[in-house]
Amino acid sequence: MKKSVFFGALTVAGLVAGAAAAGTVDDIKARGKLNCGVTTGLVGFAAPDANGEWNGFDVGVCRAVAAAVLGDPKAVEFVPTTGKTRFTALASGEIDMLARNTTWTFSRDVDLKFEFVGVNYYDGQGFMVPKELGVSSAKELDGATVCIQTGTTTELNLADFFRSNNISYEPVPIETNAEAQQQYLAGACDVYTTDASGLAATRATFENPGDHVLLPEIISKEPLGPLVRHGDNEWGDVVRWTLNALIAAEELGVTSANISEMSMGTDNPEINRMLGSEGNLGEQLGLSADWAKNAIMAGGNYGELFEKNIGESTPIGLARGLNAQWTNGGLIYSPPFR
Amino acid sequence: MTTLTDPPKESFRLSMLIYDTRYRSLTIQAVAMLGFMLLAAWLINNTIVNLATLGKPIDLGFLGEPASYDINQRLLDYNSRDTHLRAAFIGLINTIVVAVLGCITATIIGVLVGVLRLSKNWLVAKIMTVYVEVFRNVPVLLWIVLAMAILIESLPAPRDFRGENPEATLSFFDTVAITNRGVYIPEPLFSNSLGNIHLFGDSSLRFDVSLDLVAILIVLAASIFAIRKVTARAARIQAATGVRPKTWHVNLAIFFVPMIALLTLLGFHLGYPALKGFNFQGGTHMRNSLIALWLALSLYTAAFIAEIVRGGILAISHGQTEAAGALGLRPGKTMRLVILPQALRVIIPPMISNYLNLTKNSSLAIAVGYMDITGTLGGITMNQTGRELEGVLLLMACYLLISLSISAVMNWYNKRVALVER
Amino acid sequence: MSNQAFVRTEMLPEQHPPATTVGVIGWLRENLFSGWFNSILTVVSLAFVYYVLSGILPWIFQSAWNADSLNECREIFIATWGSTEGHACWGVVNERWLQLLYGFYPSDLYWRVNLTLVVTLIAMAPVLFSDQAPRQLWYVTAVYPFVMPWLLWGGSIWGPLMAAAGFGIGYLAYRVLVPVAGSLVAVIGAVVLPILWWFALAGTVAGAIQGIIPIGIESVESRQFGGFMLAVLLGIVAIGCSLPIGIVLALGRQSDLLIVKALCVGFIEFIRGVPLITLLFVASLLLNLFLPPGTNFDIILRVMIMMTLFAAAYMAEVIRGGLAALPKGQYEGADSLGLNYWQAQRLIIMPQALKISIPGIVSTFIGIFKDTTLVSIIGLFDVIGLSNAIRADTAWNGIYWELFAFIAFLFFIVCFSMSRYSMYLERKLHTGH
Repeated sequence: MKKSVFFGALTVAGLVAGAAAAGTVDDIKARGKLNCGVTTGLVGFAAPDANGEWNGFDVGVCRAVAAAVLGDPKAVEFVPTTGKTRFTALASGEIDMLARNTTWTFSRDVDLKFEFVGVNYYDGQGFMVPKELGVSSAKELDGATVCIQTGTTTELNLADFFRSNNISYEPVPIETNAEAQQQYLAGACDVYTTDASGLAATRATFENPGDHVLLPEIISKEPLGPLVRHGDNEWGDVVRWTLNALIAAEELGVTSANISEMSMGTDNPEINRMLGSEGNLGEQLGLSADWAKNAIMAGGNYGELFEKNIGESTPIGLARGLNAQWTNGGLIYSPPFR
Repeated sequence: MTTLTDPPKESFRLSMLIYDTRYRSLTIQAVAMLGFMLLAAWLINNTIVNLATLGKPIDLGFLGEPASYDINQRLLDYNSRDTHLRAAFIGLINTIVVAVLGCITATIIGVLVGVLRLSKNWLVAKIMTVYVEVFRNVPVLLWIVLAMAILIESLPAPRDFRGENPEATLSFFDTVAITNRGVYIPEPLFSNSLGNIHLFGDSSLRFDVSLDLVAILIVLAASIFAIRKVTARAARIQAATGVRPKTWHVNLAIFFVPMIALLTLLGFHLGYPALKGFNFQGGTHMRNSLIALWLALSLYTAAFIAEIVRGGILAISHGQTEAAGALGLRPGKTMRLVILPQALRVIIPPMISNYLNLTKNSSLAIAVGYMDITGTLGGITMNQTGRELEGVLLLMACYLLISLSISAVMNWYNKRVALVER
Repeated sequence: MSNQAFVRTEMLPEQHPPATTVGVIGWLRENLFSGWFNSILTVVSLAFVYYVLSGILPWIFQSAWNADSLNECREIFIATWGSTEGHACWGVVNERWLQLLYGFYPSDLYWRVNLTLVVTLIAMAPVLFSDQAPRQLWYVTAVYPFVMPWLLWGGSIWGPLMAAAGFGIGYLAYRVLVPVAGSLVAVIGAVVLPILWWFALAGTVAGAIQGIIPIGIESVESRQFGGFMLAVLLGIVAIGCSLPIGIVLALGRQSDLLIVKALCVGFIEFIRGVPLITLLFVASLLLNLFLPPGTNFDIILRVMIMMTLFAAAYMAEVIRGGLAALPKGQYEGADSLGLNYWQAQRLIIMPQALKISIPGIVSTFIGIFKDTTLVSIIGLFDVIGLSNAIRADTAWNGIYWELFAFIAFLFFIVCFSMSRYSMYLERKLHTGH
């Protein structure tokens, strides 16, 4: 009898919690913090500094969403996740969104029941080899030893690539980028393969970056983007349009420097609608009118985030490439704010 | 005269369940069972409800889908089109390989170090003490990672073997290539091979057994059986006449002649590694990940085994050594014939738990990319299919099976050597 | 009578022993060169020691302490020694050592962690050095389980106080119910009432009192725990919580009750048969699935639960060893005094069994403590996890050995001193017989 009361109490508590989990936006507001899943550390995308502050490109997205919902870019609880734990953490509600350079694939979207809200970085899997090998194409790698960082789609792409080109290889699966880097430099593998952004970032920290070349083949499409659970479309909309606001801001020339001025009102109605001086987009999202302004103020627009964390002025030195605005020949494109 | 009366019939009262010792144990057990079943039901019910919410009913179907990833270190054939079940099986075999190798070397190193720690040579004893303390007191995960890093940094890369004046050359008369990708040792080849038996057809658990190996094992077993017969006969003659006939030349002949004959028949020769393209080709390739894991696990476990061995030897009373000395046995023979057999009884039980620990610690293989069962089933398969519940439960079941078999075998051995008390 | 001149009448003066058997030379001969085999061993060992030290020492000492990035280190190496090979870049440890020790714990609250460590040591003193520590310290040990979480997690003081009150309620219930309804009802009451209190009332009451008399310190979320502190915390929690569970399991395993015994054996063998990493997978991936829908508590608590269960199985075996080592006369003595099962356990068996189990408990603790490094595999920032995160910083990408050396050093210091303590204890127990 007493046992059943006890279990009953627990179940009731569980049901209450379950019911509360229905509206993620309300949950976050009640909590006062956004729980954002990030990597346990990836150069340029997410890493804690000496004071425990998280920095990076993916971290920037989390901060922007926190600023849009709560008005405070610091109101984020960063939850480090591994390749294995990330989807469980999201599915179980431990995190509200995942911004952990996760590739948008069919099975993750449909089978694992997640909703990718957009793409914040278009990547692809590439190869890096020492210059002295004299290799100019990945198809010349027959019999080579290849270091792969595991826990991602990389090993699948690699298996498919070598299989479809009918050449043999020797995979060396490695848990972390640091170890892969060390093995590659010591010559324990001939080739290092991971996302091209990761390769560039890794090469930048070598003692002699010039001794290594990236091969021209990009063997996969890796659209990386933030994702949320299926079933809470309002929350999905918030994350999607925050990302879009960052992208549109760059296109429209709104930067963290001129945003306070622009939010007073400009001649461009789209800017006005986005920044809340016209229309009620914020209200439609269930947020305050200045949600986009807060999001952009958090770390700047998409271009600023890119330049600050992974762009050509940083040691990582990634070119915009595919990640340029569509107006500059890239793929980064936001639907209109209307 | 006297009328027998039954003792007053005791009516069963509910309180007897608690206050009567005849019933109390039953009550307690019933309550315990009920509690356990309630708990289990509660957990299972929660799981079912949660899985239904997630839309992921328990389904082992994913094991039949193609794995789509490659495994480098494998004893059986496998390619990326094979199923997840096959990948898990390859991983299981890899776990067993490293566990068996590790247990053997850990025992050898451990016994050696344990004996040397008691050496009269001060320097040797101290070095062994430092070894034991350093290895016991640093987490095994660090040792595994460090072993890998040391192998990679200190050994030459295959490219160093290239060119006119290579920086590195093959060891052991040009037969073994030690590189930072692993060690290539000569492989046994048979020109008149008997072929393989394919067990389990085309299923995921298919298993090729080389008939050459089977033939060699059969001949070996037969030789050993014959040698034991000869030795037993010699012992009988010695017991009867007091003179032991010489047997070593017969034994040698019995051991080598059939084996050499068989190997010649099979056309046995060695295949040597040679540098071709990016890597060495030919020979058996023991990858660095395996060597690092093997080395780290054996050195780590050996430190514990050394302490057990030392404790076991110290536990044997000094009188035994003195008695052996009085009988005129030399120190080496004293150790081998008197001390170790007795110490073994003390040593075996804690040794079992160290073997179990080594096997379980082999699950840290993912730190160096050795594809054991945690790396395949619990690693890439789980990542790719998102079937955590099924994956983790299968993983646990596999380890439980391995652990229970090890304990069963070792306990059986322990029973054999245990002192029979009267 | 006759003068036997060949018999010496006065003693010869004492001679010094031969120079080769005393002093340094004598020691050397005795211990290092007592035979050709030993001499060879000594020479080989010397060569080995030289080889190892000549590799490591220059690396440790010809190093750069003041650098903000790996590249800066390399510049210093080039400027000072002309090459980047074989020098340690301790700059990373210099910059990050606080983070490696405390994780992301707010830096102005480090004192709370330090204080917790001091309190922990004081609370453990009566257990570890039972004959030297003053008896008053047992009070510290008694309040420690409530003080430790409060200091680390912070928040309102009423939470831990209300939790402690549960035990008071249990005791009171027992006292009140014994004369009224007998000992059995009293025991049931003493168990059920506190549970009801904890689950149903304690939280509300604590909240209410906090509303009236707010006393509290800044709260810290467990996500901010990390580094070496996390390893120590996980070790202490796992061992502390597993002790009572382990005792129950050990008694259950020895009991005559078939079902109870089967349940205990099943649990112990299951936990001991699977690697810790699979249990950590359960903590990180599955534990939420097993609980009522919507329950969600953070990963560090889940890891604590699984590590406690893990430690409990090993603890049960250690305590079973202690129970088995007690002479049978102790059990018979207890029986002859007419004590019932629980009285015998409480007054006679357990105090002795636990005492002889302490060395085993300490080695279990060392094992658990070392195993806490595994949490890095499920993405927690313990020392190893942090070292990976540090390498993801652009300034330190590519650094390798220095961090591992530092971590190994930390673990070695702690584990080595604990194993020395355990050996001291074993010696003490040994001479006690």
